[in-house]
Amino acid sequence: MNIVENFDLYAPRLINKKELLSSGHRACSGCAEVLAVRLMAKALGENTVIASATGCMEIVSSMFPTTAWNVPWIHVAFENAASVASGIEAGLKALRKKGKIDDRYVKVVGMGGDGATMDIGFQALSGAMERGHDMIYVCFDNEAYMNTGIQRSSGTPMGASTTTAPAGKVSSGQKTWKKNMPEIMVAHDIPYVATACPSYPLDFIRKMEKAKSIKGPSYIHCFSVCPTGWRCPSNQAISMGRLAVETGVFPLYEVENGHYRLSPDMPKKLKPIKDYFKGQGRFRHLSAEEIDTIQGKVTTEFKKLTEKAKFLK
Amino acid sequence: MAKRIGMEVAVAVAEAVGLCDIDMAAVYPITPQSHIAEHLSDLVADGKIDAEFVTVESEHSAMSAVIGASGAGARSYTATSSQGLMYMHELLPIASAMRLPITMAIANRAVSGPLNILNDHSDIMPQRDSGWISIFVENAQEAIDMSIIAFKIAENKDVMLPVNINIDGFQLTHMVEPFEMPTQEEVRNFLPPFVPHATLHPAKPVTMGAFAMSDYFPEIMKAKDEALKNSKKIILEVWDEWAKMFGRAYKPVETYKAEDAEVLMLTMGSMGETAQMAIDELRAKGVKAGLVKLRLWRPFPFAEIKAAVKNAKKLIVTDRAVSFGGPGGPVFSEVKSALYAEAQRPVIYDYIYGLGGRDVPVGDFVGMFERVLADTANKEVDTYEFWGVRE
Repeated sequence: MNIVENFDLYAPRLINKKELLSSGHRACSGCAEVLAVRLMAKALGENTVIASATGCMEIVSSMFPTTAWNVPWIHVAFENAASVASGIEAGLKALRKKGKIDDRYVKVVGMGGDGATMDIGFQALSGAMERGHDMIYVCFDNEAYMNTGIQRSSGTPMGASTTTAPAGKVSSGQKTWKKNMPEIMVAHDIPYVATACPSYPLDFIRKMEKAKSIKGPSYIHCFSVCPTGWRCPSNQAISMGRLAVETGVFPLYEVENGHYRLSPDMPKKLKPIKDYFKGQGRFRHLSAEEIDTIQGKVTTEFKKLTEKAKFLK
Repeated sequence: MAKRIGMEVAVAVAEAVGLCDIDMAAVYPITPQSHIAEHLSDLVADGKIDAEFVTVESEHSAMSAVIGASGAGARSYTATSSQGLMYMHELLPIASAMRLPITMAIANRAVSGPLNILNDHSDIMPQRDSGWISIFVENAQEAIDMSIIAFKIAENKDVMLPVNINIDGFQLTHMVEPFEMPTQEEVRNFLPPFVPHATLHPAKPVTMGAFAMSDYFPEIMKAKDEALKNSKKIILEVWDEWAKMFGRAYKPVETYKAEDAEVLMLTMGSMGETAQMAIDELRAKGVKAGLVKLRLWRPFPFAEIKAAVKNAKKLIVTDRAVSFGGPGGPVFSEVKSALYAEAQRPVIYDYIYGLGGRDVPVGDFVGMFERVLADTANKEVDTYEFWGVRE
């Protein structure tokens, strides 16, 4: 029985009914990222403090004097969500220890987009993870600087056309491979790293809950389809996320204390990446040859991952 | 009763902060601030301070972390210098806009380039408009007193603004000076626990750092400006309270032999004590010289400055930073504009001196006075002058 097809049956038992990110925010229609943020908040529950980087999710949820947040939330700047979260964690820890606040356990979460995480906030994130703060960092990766208008980041995949790495007469869009951020986090030797996608809500929620249960730093890399930036219909955000997983472009896995595990949602046999590319305007210019090259890389990377899962169980 | 002791100033500042029941400190090492950071970490390691000590990977993260901790309701402290302060720059107006009572020591040091580790004020001057309360200290005693006082000012419910304490790098931070260190009990009596009005805690969820466009942004800026201006009243009250408890009185502007002075000099920071010796030397020669020391840089003490200089014929403003291509040093611009509308005011001269740690002995201050006294034209000079700089 497919759990997603029977969602109505399972959902009330599996998902927190409380909305901690309320409706009425200003996200684009079909935004998979804001859905992911909503699921994240549900998974974390009320005893959570969130530090957000500048970006889409900050802009759409906190237009003064309104807020969409029903949990404590702070935004300071673009590159420092992880540092701010680490400071909140340290502050709350001291206050709790000294009896200045009630002794409930509060999880501190830093969040940012791919630019805020993989580019400008990379150092702050590395520092916070290395220092071992009891916090979660979630990267909502929509593969470009969407808030400023679809400029390329180090999370943009090879070949994607963006406003600063456009496809042109002599260029095929992004010229570099996507930075493997989850692996960089694994290299920090933190207790828990996972990839997730809101197209697989139960998998995502389970991973968030696991991260919440872990004392110490954890990192979730959440693949977040952006119909606006990827030039795909807004009603296809969920299916596009599933295709990214099914083609191995964005494999779902987790690494717990160095042990790799592919998520049960991963198919035994991958679909060809052209199935995933064809629905997106950002890949429209790619030649069959170029798609083959990218296919080769995706296959190799996925093989590397399955080998790790085999030998680092 | 506090004993009179001797100690390196940076270490003493950390000791003083250690008396303030801080909950959290985040620091990144930079010369000449490092001794503050190191000694604070010693105090935490020895269990003398019950605080989280976060050794961040940059000054940007130091300020980010104290913003987070302060937002969570923790009494939070940091210290930096020069490039570190420049790296924090982006976050300073955010800390003040969020009305977070962070306190920060700045071991003032020249800003690159070229790289230089010695003292001037070029690091703090670019932070002037960030909405922080900004205080300059002259000696060890002041550095210690202000380090404690800063928390009480910042956390006052009618202030709720961050405070920076400017301590001249090396020239003050690395000196061994005698001072009285207040006792733990005295500080406890002076400084009440921090009671934040809103915190990042699930008990009462709040949103901090919201996004505001043109429909609210100007009002928020005006509110911040008014908050900073209004903080002066509280600063004066807290200084009075300190004077009553500890017998050491502080004012936004201090004067030395200024009452009947015909020529005044204005200094900020540790140079004041050297300039004071020059005044004594000149007075001995019969020159009616006097000194004005500017302690409170923000909010700027307009009334006190006007009152302090109004009877003088000439005023020498000294600057330890350059506003390149501008009207003069930053202190000069400020003082001159403060006096612009005054019917009775001195002719104002500007000397930029002591850059990148260049030594300024007593004789140099005497020289500035002599140069100004020799100017018989008595006309407002349009330009500033670099003192003691090779052509």
